[in-house]
Amino acid sequence: MKRTQSSNRLVQWIDDRLPIFTYADHNVIAYPTPKNLNYWWNYGSLAGIILVIMLVTGIFLAMNYQPHADVAFASVERIVRDVNYGWLLRYLHTNGASMFFIVVYIHMFRGMYYGSYKAPRELLWMIGVTIYLIMMATAFMGYVLPWGQMSFWGATVITNLFSAFPWVGDYIVTWIWGGFSVDVPTINRFFVWHYLLPMVLVMVVVIHLWALHVHKSNNPLGIDIKTPQDMMPFHPFYTIKDLFGLGLFMIFFMYFVFFNPNFFGEPENYIPANPMVTPPHIVPEWYFLPFYAILRAVESKLGGVLLMFAGVLILYVLPWLDTSKVRSATYRPIYKQMFWIFFLNCIFLGYIGFHAPTDLLLGMEMLYWGQIATAYYFAHFLILMPLLGKFEKTKPLPNSIFEEVSKKCRAKED
Amino acid sequence: MTDNPTNTAEGVDAPRRDFLLISTTTLGVAGVAMAAWPFIHSINPAKDVLALASTEVDLSAIEEGMAITVLWRGKPVFIRHRTAEEIKAAEDVDVADLRDPQSDADRVQKPQWLVAIGVCTHLGCIPAGQAIGDVKGEYDGWYCPCHGSHYDTSGRIRKGPAPFNLPIPPYTFTEESMIVIG
Ligand code: HEM
Ligand code: FES
Repeated sequence: MKRTQSSNRLVQWIDDRLPIFTYADHNVIAYPTPKNLNYWWNYGSLAGIILVIMLVTGIFLAMNYQPHADVAFASVERIVRDVNYGWLLRYLHTNGASMFFIVVYIHMFRGMYYGSYKAPRELLWMIGVTIYLIMMATAFMGYVLPWGQMSFWGATVITNLFSAFPWVGDYIVTWIWGGFSVDVPTINRFFVWHYLLPMVLVMVVVIHLWALHVHKSNNPLGIDIKTPQDMMPFHPFYTIKDLFGLGLFMIFFMYFVFFNPNFFGEPENYIPANPMVTPPHIVPEWYFLPFYAILRAVESKLGGVLLMFAGVLILYVLPWLDTSKVRSATYRPIYKQMFWIFFLNCIFLGYIGFHAPTDLLLGMEMLYWGQIATAYYFAHFLILMPLLGKFEKTKPLPNSIFEEVSKKCRAKED
Repeated sequence: MTDNPTNTAEGVDAPRRDFLLISTTTLGVAGVAMAAWPFIHSINPAKDVLALASTEVDLSAIEEGMAITVLWRGKPVFIRHRTAEEIKAAEDVDVADLRDPQSDADRVQKPQWLVAIGVCTHLGCIPAGQAIGDVKGEYDGWYCPCHGSHYDTSGRIRKGPAPFNLPIPPYTFTEESMIVIG
């Protein structure tokens, strides 16, 4: 292993005993990175930064939050009104959750467009799906904590999903609740999980990066790194690019925090939880809407629940459903179209999830639109992905990243 | 444009890079420091805690020689209706002899009422001497059982490890026998 380049004696002394400087050099400074990464590769580091923001704001919120059904709502209002800068902490945390999902969704679609889940990065992708699952659980339980009407009824509906399982369903739900309804024990344990899971998330992210650094980043061309000329050191080139992207993203994030803090929220959640009255229209947070649409597409309790879980879990086997050897959509003319249709279909599912099943769109009930979109969602994975790999005529791949980058540079200079 | 930019290439303009590095780092550190303040300040007393920071007390029920303890900002406040002898004992002390020199007149608004925060200035225990039958120490005021501090009838430290007199909270008489502390 190459040792640290520093000539500082203290650095050398420490590094000799605990090679953190060598480690940093290998993983963030000299770390070889494909030269041709575009801005879609910024989102991983962005997600990491948001995770840190969530942790820090969450820890400070927790110093004033009280996880008891009688006082939780009031304690959140107190955070916003009385605690110094409590409004800032809360709105950073609340909007941060939405930002987290925006960033992670872009990160995932990037992986799908450029085929980053394919060999040899299957495990990296699967660890990513695990991160996504943990994020969903964390966000769901976080949303319950302010103990407004949406918190309470969201918690009731989502936990009741488990009652769909035959025989054991009811026992599972009672076990999750710690009682016979969402109540004092439920909010207490949800707070514990909500505090714990992000720490687990940090550990899984470390594993994600570990796997990433074995085969390094994929790139827009989707071809392997072949020579050192294909690569650049991470620092300063990508540190600067990531920082620049962070600056732009922060402007977007802060717009919501300072000027539109309840944009992603539901007004209903500013009404304290009332176990006797269900709000007329309950919707989950926007980032769950596509799966909510899948859940409601089937008029069978168990069927809907299973399909919804399948909708997420199918991502785990994507590396094997896609039979094409070519990674990047740039060289897959048909897949490129399919990708965008799939993307729009996901947005459409979200739109359906937001509306009541009986709402009309072009004269047809959302329920039926939901069934069509759900069918397409699964067809994309189960039919199109395996078949495309067999029948699609892909474009010729470039020889190397270096060649392609040089060609572009020369074209720019002319 | 170089075909293969690297960290070690000769083409690097070192002073320019140093300038960028130093200015970026400075801005970053300043930004993080400013962002840290809301977090640090958030665990200071909140507005509702500060709002609860005054306590109203009716003194009319306290007879001469008696004392009561009220809660102000989470701390006990001693209110003693002093007898003529107690007042005299407090006033007769030579201020120069005290560890924390303060005349009795500086510590009361009306001589019969002593209002002092009942937290030992040593390490924070609550001195005894409020209830009838309590040990009041060698100076007939209060005695702290934790490490043996003796306070006089003006709440001043006379003997033992505590460095200062019992502090006097801010208070005002709103009526003849009604005070607001804080
Ligand atoms: C890892 C990602 C995290 C996500 C996605 C997340 C998500 C959420 C969401 C959606 C809410 C509801 C916000 C609202 O409606 O006000 C929330 C609230 C909360 N979260 Fe998190 N959270 C995360 C991490 C953390 C961490 C690490 C902690 C503490 C260690 C924490 C502590 C809290 C507290 C105390 C609340 C309730 C206060 C409030 O509602 O503003 N969160 N979280
Ligand atoms: S705390 Fe009172 S004497 Fe030490």
